[in-house]
Amino acid sequence: MNAPLTLLSAKGLSKRFGGVHALADVGFTINHGEIYGLIGPNGAGKTSLFNVLTGIYAADAGEFTFDGQPLSGLKPNEVAERGIARTFQNIRLFANLSALENVMIGRHVRTHANVIGAIFRGAKTRAEEKAIEKRAHELLDYVGVAKRANTLARHLAYGDQRRLEIARALATEPKLLALDEPAAGMNATETASLKGLLGNIRRDGTTILLIEHDMKLVMSVCDRVLVLDYGKKIAEGSAAEVQKDPKVIAAYLGGEVLLNLKGAA
Amino acid sequence: MQQFFDRKRYPRGAWVGIALVAVTLLVLPFALAQVGTAWVRITNLAILFVLLSLGLNIVVGFAGLLDLGYIAFYAVGAYVYALLASPHFDLHLPFWIILPIGAAVACFFGVLLGAPTLKLRGDYLAIVTLGFGEIIRIFLNNLSQPVNLTNGPQGITLIDPFKIGSFNFATRETIAGLDFTGPVKYYYFLVLLVIAIIALNLRLQNSRIGRAWEAIREDEIAARAMGINTRNMKLLAFAMGASFGGISGGIFSATQGFISPESFVLVESVMVLSMVVLGGMGNVFGVVLGAILLSFVPEVLRYTVEPVQRAVFGRTLIEPEVIRMLLFGLALVLMMLFRPAGILPSALRKRELEAK
Repeated sequence: MNAPLTLLSAKGLSKRFGGVHALADVGFTINHGEIYGLIGPNGAGKTSLFNVLTGIYAADAGEFTFDGQPLSGLKPNEVAERGIARTFQNIRLFANLSALENVMIGRHVRTHANVIGAIFRGAKTRAEEKAIEKRAHELLDYVGVAKRANTLARHLAYGDQRRLEIARALATEPKLLALDEPAAGMNATETASLKGLLGNIRRDGTTILLIEHDMKLVMSVCDRVLVLDYGKKIAEGSAAEVQKDPKVIAAYLGGEVLLNLKGAA
Repeated sequence: MQQFFDRKRYPRGAWVGIALVAVTLLVLPFALAQVGTAWVRITNLAILFVLLSLGLNIVVGFAGLLDLGYIAFYAVGAYVYALLASPHFDLHLPFWIILPIGAAVACFFGVLLGAPTLKLRGDYLAIVTLGFGEIIRIFLNNLSQPVNLTNGPQGITLIDPFKIGSFNFATRETIAGLDFTGPVKYYYFLVLLVIAIIALNLRLQNSRIGRAWEAIREDEIAARAMGINTRNMKLLAFAMGASFGGISGGIFSATQGFISPESFVLVESVMVLSMVVLGGMGNVFGVVLGAILLSFVPEVLRYTVEPVQRAVFGRTLIEPEVIRMLLFGLALVLMMLFRPAGILPSALRKRELEAK
């Protein structure tokens, strides 16, 4: 773990909701170019961590350093501007807009047309609009929903909605793509193709932070995994290391997950 | 209908359509003047309401922020004009200087209202904006002391009409054999302005800014996560909406020659909002249609309700003012039942309602 390799590091993160410690002194580092998994039983604090990272909640203590800069106190839009894009556990697409429009909105943060530009629509604005549309089509193609460009987001099949959310996030040109349970509700075929997509995204230079319950997927794509339980970090390491960790096994308790862990290795 | 307005698919038909609209707009005031100059005035007022509705449509239709105090910006624009072009302070600035000032002042008030309400949505925002509208009106009513700024409930009189050099918008003159009354001159000015504002709205809607507003309407949290500065975008919507209101207010001042706080009561805000909702929130042409209908229908009723009653019953049973509002209310209820997305719904709004 070389220092310059680090893309995101977190130190001493804490977040309380009333008496509940959603996050208690959590620290970790994510390196450039890796797929970093974040797992834990329900209510372990995974989504809270996402929300603190992306500025939706303010942390009570602790801080993030992203790409060499502190990330604390930034608003969600500023976090996106710095280069962290996310998807949501309960899909939050712009449901009544077309797939294409959804991705075009993702380009907002990397484009510049202001009111004056929009009204007079000079050569520069028109070129920008064209580029936005072109890039949006490319991204739809990249995630595999190009044929549905003009379909309303809420009319898309579930798996396509998940993919569209990834395309929209990629449109912001993130350095770190944070995915909150992208495979939730997907069937085996869809999950397999999602795995391919994650591989492509990593290959094309975007680091991925992945929350996922599908252990098979986590164990097969993640380079390293962080395990949370009751807001505390209980393990961190390669997929193989983590699944042997007695604390992790104890946290999950149930037989099902354990079976999955074995099956995936 | 479509082949007359779809320039991409029917280029030739579209030009015919545009030519027809242009000729109608050119001839309209003279045709109306045959019926009575009052109708030209009514038309002008209708166009002012089109401008107001288009401004409110940016806030309500595009960005999805419910504003019940919109008339306040109209009032601000009207008073800025009245104070800078009347004997009240003995200032007589030309209109092309005052209108931008009015727009800027209204814009300032728009941000003033927008800033503290950024975190509010729906009902809560509606209540605050409603209060804001009343505050402005009450201020106008009471700012006659200690310094007489607004002349209180008496309002401001003898407001200057528009003048360009010696060309006075308020006087009657004959140009090229045609009888140009004051309202006819204002009509042409207003038509040009409204065309420009419609174009501006359409362009805004189909731009990076318009998309950001749509995103905020659809899901504010997702919009922020996508890097949209929702604070700035909402303030921009408030500011732009308000400045349209300010410009309309200035023109209202000049055409009326007299304004008082009574012109800016809550019912006016509700009226403008009804125009936006009835026409089709978010659809520029729907909003234009809504504003025209809601401006004209009550006037038509005003002139027909009494004669009809007299002819049928021999006397006036119900005051025209009362029956006008009754019919108006009935029309709105029917609209909401049968076309809840408005007469010409925006594509987005229609989809939303279908989803529910």
